[in-house]
Amino acid sequence: MSSVTAGHVPPTTHDHDHDHGHHGPEKGWRRWVFATNHKDIGTMYLVFSFAMLLEGGVLALLLRTELFAPGLQFFRPELFNQFTTMHGLIMIFGSIMPAFVGFANWMIPLQIGASDMAFARMNNFSFWLLPIGAILFTVSFFVPGGANAAGWTMYAPLSLQMGPGMDFTIFAVHILGASSIMGAINIIVTVLNMRAPGMTLFKMPLFCWTWLITAYLLLAIMPVLAAAVTMLLTDRHFGTAFFNAAAGGDPVLYQHIFWFFGHPEVYVMILPAFGIISSVVPAFARKPLFGYASMVYATAAIAILSFLVWAHHMFATGMGTTSQLYFMYATMLISIPTGVKVFNWVATMWRGSMTFETPMLFAIGFIFVFTIGGFTGLIVAVAPIDIQVHDTYYIIAHFHYVMVAGSLFGMYSGAYYWLPKWTGVMYDEKLGKLHFWSSMISFNITFFPMHFLGLAGMPRRYADYSAQFTDFNMIATIGAFWFGFSQLIFLWLVIKASRKIGEPAPAQAWEGATGLEWSVPSPAPFHTFETPPVVK
Amino acid sequence: MMKEKGVLGICALFFSSAAFAQVGDMPGGPRVNQLNLTRGVTQVSSDIMDLHWLLLVICTVIFIGVFGVMFYSILMHRKSKGAVAAKFHEHVGIEIAWTAIPFLIIIAMAIPATRAVVAMKDTTSADVTVMVTGYQWMWGYEYLDGPAQGVKFLARLSTPRDQIEGRAPKTDTYLMETDNHMVVPVDKKVRVVLTANDVIHSWMVPDFGVKQDAMPGVLRDTWFRAEKAGIYRGQCAELCGKDHAFMPIVVEVLEQADYEQWAAEQQQAMQTAADDPTKTYELDELLARGEKVYAATCIACHQANGQGMPPTFPALVGDEAFVLAPMKNQIELVLNGRPGTAMAPFRDVLNDVEIAAAITYTRHAWGHNGKGPDPVVQPSDVTALR
Repeated sequence: MSSVTAGHVPPTTHDHDHDHGHHGPEKGWRRWVFATNHKDIGTMYLVFSFAMLLEGGVLALLLRTELFAPGLQFFRPELFNQFTTMHGLIMIFGSIMPAFVGFANWMIPLQIGASDMAFARMNNFSFWLLPIGAILFTVSFFVPGGANAAGWTMYAPLSLQMGPGMDFTIFAVHILGASSIMGAINIIVTVLNMRAPGMTLFKMPLFCWTWLITAYLLLAIMPVLAAAVTMLLTDRHFGTAFFNAAAGGDPVLYQHIFWFFGHPEVYVMILPAFGIISSVVPAFARKPLFGYASMVYATAAIAILSFLVWAHHMFATGMGTTSQLYFMYATMLISIPTGVKVFNWVATMWRGSMTFETPMLFAIGFIFVFTIGGFTGLIVAVAPIDIQVHDTYYIIAHFHYVMVAGSLFGMYSGAYYWLPKWTGVMYDEKLGKLHFWSSMISFNITFFPMHFLGLAGMPRRYADYSAQFTDFNMIATIGAFWFGFSQLIFLWLVIKASRKIGEPAPAQAWEGATGLEWSVPSPAPFHTFETPPVVK
Repeated sequence: MMKEKGVLGICALFFSSAAFAQVGDMPGGPRVNQLNLTRGVTQVSSDIMDLHWLLLVICTVIFIGVFGVMFYSILMHRKSKGAVAAKFHEHVGIEIAWTAIPFLIIIAMAIPATRAVVAMKDTTSADVTVMVTGYQWMWGYEYLDGPAQGVKFLARLSTPRDQIEGRAPKTDTYLMETDNHMVVPVDKKVRVVLTANDVIHSWMVPDFGVKQDAMPGVLRDTWFRAEKAGIYRGQCAELCGKDHAFMPIVVEVLEQADYEQWAAEQQQAMQTAADDPTKTYELDELLARGEKVYAATCIACHQANGQGMPPTFPALVGDEAFVLAPMKNQIELVLNGRPGTAMAPFRDVLNDVEIAAAITYTRHAWGHNGKGPDPVVQPSDVTALR
């Protein structure tokens, strides 16, 4: 893949002016509301997901404010539970998932030499469903009884007790799920049918591969989630009893269905980041990605295994010995392909010629902290240990190491890497490095102590805690505010870059970067690859 | 107004952090700034800790190895040091090695883990079985067998609101204390059968290595064998609504004899609560009940054979002044005690049924066979003299 170069880049900008003038962007609001251009839609996805990151982040800071000291100081427990729930839902469905779709929209056509996504109008629709979902989430705080407070997992029967806020969540999840399914279909069709001549599957950049696999995961799991929340809806309002044991249902059934969605969902949120890191590390090591084929196979292996391990989230429900052993073994196996990826990245750096611009810093930071999250994942895969730490802060630490240090740092790496291509100027490197170090340090201050809290037995989703846990909670809260405000550095930096403040970026913005996206000018013109490039 | 509230909030934070500087380890609960799992008091919790150490060590070694290589590379293979990039991008041997070796390491981890799972899942041959029910937001306990069979009670958070809302300093057992404790014997296998009344809860006691969801309409079980007497604490571990953080678990592990004593007291207390003092009882009922009351309350002084330990504790056998006399004096004696002697008043300790039963018992035991006047005393007789 790394040897891919454009054999022939058509002079797109020239034809453009006279032949295709009517294909330029519309003026004003129509450009965005009726957008069908993959770059515009990608931009909207990314802006939307950053806005949701801030909303979810504010909720997290409200949680951390209450948890600064034991006792109830600021929020009633029922409101606190709404914050935890909506923080999770907004971050997952509003921020991480749409952000990766935004990256896919921008970069997949550029990386495979396609002129646009396969279904441009569906692309528009799948974006504009997102704000509707976001509004439902946000408005639900103000309905009687407040927002969903049953946790982002919405376990029955607690979710059956909730007020109308729960119905808002269910409807929002349906809408956002539909959006994800449409996005996934679009990506699959684009990758499979719209590659430039000569761009075989095994020449694609890894980001396209990981997204292709992710898209299949999404197609398989979003309907399962839709089924789970629909059953909640009918149990709540239409007299069914899927999850009511007294009427012949089973509350554990909900958890099985939910986690059959929920575990692959974890990989939906991390595989595209693997793809980004696999582009960034070779670019700044100036050396081809080590083990390209094994990276593809490892990604596929992770995706397949992800369907076979869901009940490791349910060890504490008390399943039979053999099923517990099976889910434990299968979960431990996932660490093998994941390890292969980490080894490959390190081997890519080995004897490279490295420089450490912000994308590389975030990539190395990603590998470092994601691996910590991976190791704690292996530790909690061991069922007896999980029995001790399940539903404690250890789990919070584990999945934030995977989701924040994993998904979010991966996205930042990609954002800095491609910002010159998106905006046409080099971002402010000093601010970028400040953003990295500030995020990296404050992230660890926030989440590392949570391992200790969990091992000592502090349960999660608690509005109040015993005084012995005070110090680590105070440290975590201080770190959380630091981390939260660090993200504003990124916002400022992106605003600067998007207003073209900075050095103009050449087409090949990074010395060691490879791939078709670097063969088009920076910023990438509104239309690219109208005539497909030929890949040697 | 808002500003004042904010200032108050900040003051509360400072006040509270100052107050917690004094906090000590919680007996049977978390230590201050505890870093690792607890060793606990069961084989299971101890095995889990060993397992955790094993994994932690293996993971740390791999972590240091992998990131040692990475940071060496970051230091040495940088462009600013004139490093020139190599061209290699695959190596079949090394790729097979770093797939196969982790596989072997995982097998090495899985073997002790499997042993632990099998041990944790074995709930057979229990000595005591307790049914635990999760409620929003408290726990219910019911003993299904053993000396405490039939005993049942609820356990609620006993931390005062004043501590939660910051009007009183927090104690070392803040949020992990209950009005009633689950009581179990030491070194006995206790099987805990769990269900819930409303939503899913989870019964967690870290010192036992136990966490099991309690689900409405579903029965699940787990077990523990506490090897050391003491008080152990846990909390609800599954989000169950607004007071999720306020339904702790306190388990008191007692020596067998103390456990039996506790069971007898509970049984007694349950019967006490169920007694109807207006009913007229049969002689047999009174004798059976009286024997138990005598055994729980009177026996320490007056002895099982009724001979007492004169002169401090007089004999009841053949006593003409009270036992083999009209009932009035004996009832008043038991109700009010006798100042200046060891005989205490029992009017607040025993109810009318118990007093009547005990007195009737003394009039029939040890060969008295009801030979004195008023051989049968009914609760209503006691009520009349209170």
